[in-house]
Amino acid sequence: MTGLATTGLRKSFGAVDVLRGVDLDVPAGGLTAILGPSGCGKTTLLRLIAGFDAPDSGQVTIGGAVVADGRRGLPPERRGIGFVPQEGGLFPHLTVAGNITFGLSWRARRRRDRVEDLLTLLGLDPSFADRYPHQLSGGQQQRVAVARALAPGPPIVLLDEPFSALDAGLRAETRQAVSEALATTGITAVLVTHDQAEALSMARQVAVMRDGRLIQHATPAEVYATPADLGVAAFVGDSVQLPAVVSDRTATCSLGSVPITCACADGPATLLLRPEQIVIHTDGPGAAATVEGSTFYGHDALVALRLAGDEARVTARCSGRALPAPGIRVTLSVEGGALAFPAAAATHVDPPLEDDHARSSRRD
Amino acid sequence: MALTATIGGRRGRAGNGPSLRLVVLAALVALFALIPLMFVVGEAVQAGGGEVQRLVFRARVGHLLWNTVRLVAASTALCGVVGVGAAWLVERTSLPGRRVVGPLLAAPLAVPAFVSSYGWVSLTPAVQGYGGAVLIVSLAYYPLVYLPVAAALRGMDPALEEVARSLGHGPWRTFVRVTLPQLRLALGGGMLIVALHELAEFGAFQLLRFQTFTTEIYSEYEASFNGPVANLLAAVLVALCLLLLLAEIRLRGRGRYSRLGAGAARSLPRVRLGRSTPVALAAVGALLAVGLGVPLGSLIHWLVIGSSASFPVGALASAAGTSLGLGLAAAVVTTLLALPVALLAERHRGPLPNVLERSTYVAHALPGIVIALALVFVAIHYCRPVYQTTPLLIAGYAILFLPMAMVGVRAALAQAAPVLTETARSLGAHPLAVLRRVTLPVIAPGLGAAAALVFLMVATELTTTLLLAPIGTETLATRVWSDTGTLAYAAAAPYAALLVIISAPAVWLLTRAGRKAELT
Repeated sequence: MTGLATTGLRKSFGAVDVLRGVDLDVPAGGLTAILGPSGCGKTTLLRLIAGFDAPDSGQVTIGGAVVADGRRGLPPERRGIGFVPQEGGLFPHLTVAGNITFGLSWRARRRRDRVEDLLTLLGLDPSFADRYPHQLSGGQQQRVAVARALAPGPPIVLLDEPFSALDAGLRAETRQAVSEALATTGITAVLVTHDQAEALSMARQVAVMRDGRLIQHATPAEVYATPADLGVAAFVGDSVQLPAVVSDRTATCSLGSVPITCACADGPATLLLRPEQIVIHTDGPGAAATVEGSTFYGHDALVALRLAGDEARVTARCSGRALPAPGIRVTLSVEGGALAFPAAAATHVDPPLEDDHARSSRRD
Repeated sequence: MALTATIGGRRGRAGNGPSLRLVVLAALVALFALIPLMFVVGEAVQAGGGEVQRLVFRARVGHLLWNTVRLVAASTALCGVVGVGAAWLVERTSLPGRRVVGPLLAAPLAVPAFVSSYGWVSLTPAVQGYGGAVLIVSLAYYPLVYLPVAAALRGMDPALEEVARSLGHGPWRTFVRVTLPQLRLALGGGMLIVALHELAEFGAFQLLRFQTFTTEIYSEYEASFNGPVANLLAAVLVALCLLLLLAEIRLRGRGRYSRLGAGAARSLPRVRLGRSTPVALAAVGALLAVGLGVPLGSLIHWLVIGSSASFPVGALASAAGTSLGLGLAAAVVTTLLALPVALLAERHRGPLPNVLERSTYVAHALPGIVIALALVFVAIHYCRPVYQTTPLLIAGYAILFLPMAMVGVRAALAQAAPVLTETARSLGAHPLAVLRRVTLPVIAPGLGAAAALVFLMVATELTTTLLLAPIGTETLATRVWSDTGTLAYAAAAPYAALLVIISAPAVWLLTRAGRKAELT
């Protein structure tokens, strides 16, 4: 099994700095997700690793061997990296079998069993082998694209937002099939996505990118529970942010006193909670609040509340079965500890300057 | 080899712009395509203000201008009404037999206008003059409106009409306020193309004894050979054409009536004709009878009469061979010329690729007779040995049909998206292997279609051939021309019939391209 690393990777297109020094270390085996908003440079990072573009400076190493060093590097065909582009990119003039065997040697291309094995691996019927790409649905095309990338047996496969063009139902199903196929082969996979649910649910490691930099690289649970900053916190899930004063590892805010689980200097700070940490009680002790409304998701619901004290608005997650009616007065308590960030250092997710699509079309 | 590497779409180049070799090649092609325009401008400048005033501002030119304008105005209006009516009946009503009628309504395109004029004139000289000219060219060219309007009607979002109905509009108000505005682009574009074709038309008007700029330029050319009068008349004609081209560019640039969002297209509900069915059928039947029936019937009539005498197998085969050979050579040359410009335009954005691409489109508005005059002039003054040779004729065809080839070649290149070549390389294929295994197979059908279209158009071309063909070179079109000129209608029939048979696949290709474009 082979790992992958980049050090000090920089790339700009014209006056736009797309990557500003990315140090990424992808361990061998398992799936690492690169998560970031549109335009953060994640697709560019993938293209540099694959060898489609050359970095302005910095290195890419695969299994310890340098494949790109500044503008010099191996051409993509000699890197042995599988690549799954955004919309599949199946060769329209070849059948499914022709696509899957494209990367194999001339002799191996004649063998049907490899095609059938790969189709089965991706959960597709072997009878698909003789169809043409335009006869497949979007999800099927993506699975064939993954099979094609896996066929030559590369140590690493890169996936560039492979599910974003699919509609919701198909996306979940395709994700599942691809996830299982990748797990079976034990290949090192790098998935680029802007969908936090996809990254958290599929990946063993999540690397969060913003503005051409890597902000945090950890397990999904760590990224969710201890985000590097407020921007990451808001990006990977719903969050409640309240002004607070920290003193002796305890934050005092309009919800009362909450223990702090991270190091934070005493003084004014922003307190970060997840909605599921806020518990609604019909009566009893706690901060008084009024229910303003709720958003029902079936399995659970988000309840919008206004605190009686300072009129601050917070969101709580509760079971979908017992929703409090709007206008009802309730009390709130906080479960577990929270993170606090010194007020002066608070950061926000910057609005993306331009999205990936605009950038890729300009690059053409 | 410079090309082969770039067809693959090297993204790495993007930051540095296109390669110098590609730009130089494309610029040479663009310059070549601009020869006719430079010739016209050069002639006008050389003649000087006084001479231009003396030759252009006179009663004769006024008469030609009046003739041309009243013909183009009446005929484009007629084409608009007939084209929209026919398209609406076929696409939006319960007209019986519409699956057969639809393609038949496009079929008049397969009969070159001078051939259908020959069909009419050989039956009755009454069609000669203004009225006949309007009728016959309208019947020959209305499919240029019918096809895009029908495509637009098919691709229209049904929700728009439904919303209009739900807002209280009746069917007729919905058509006027919602449907028709959406057809504006297709209708306007189609009518402008009709007008451009009519400005360039020569053979039909000569046969119909109706004087326009083209017929006058031709007789001046015959009389004084490359005199200043023919050249300045050509300049006036080009000015008219460029005016229309400008209008077309503005029209195309302005409107973007696309659908928001994806989703499977629903087919539009059809209007039940009910008791009006016989009336609609009679109208369509009458249109097909005069547009297709009369020219073809006349052709068959003369074919039968002619073959009772002697069938000129040898001469027919020789003329057909010349037509096909010229078509083949021109198809290859034109497609190759289109390649660098299309590549530059498809893979790179910016003012330079834009200007170079637009230059090749200018010929789209230039009548064949002007292109031919320009090449005669250039050959006589700068390159005497090529005068009266086949290469000069091929060059004329290439300029004339470059715009048509560009459309096809660009579409073909767009198929080979950079993502395909990149993925192929990530699978271990060397750039040359990518070219052989991915790029060429993907673009070959499109390039082939573009070349085939040029081939078929050249095989039936008349005006440029008349002026540029070396003495003794006889094509099917020039044979029809010389025989009808001497009133030998029966002798012309086999050549005309063969022309129609050769044109038919071109029309099929054109209509198919229209259908495909609307799918994507």
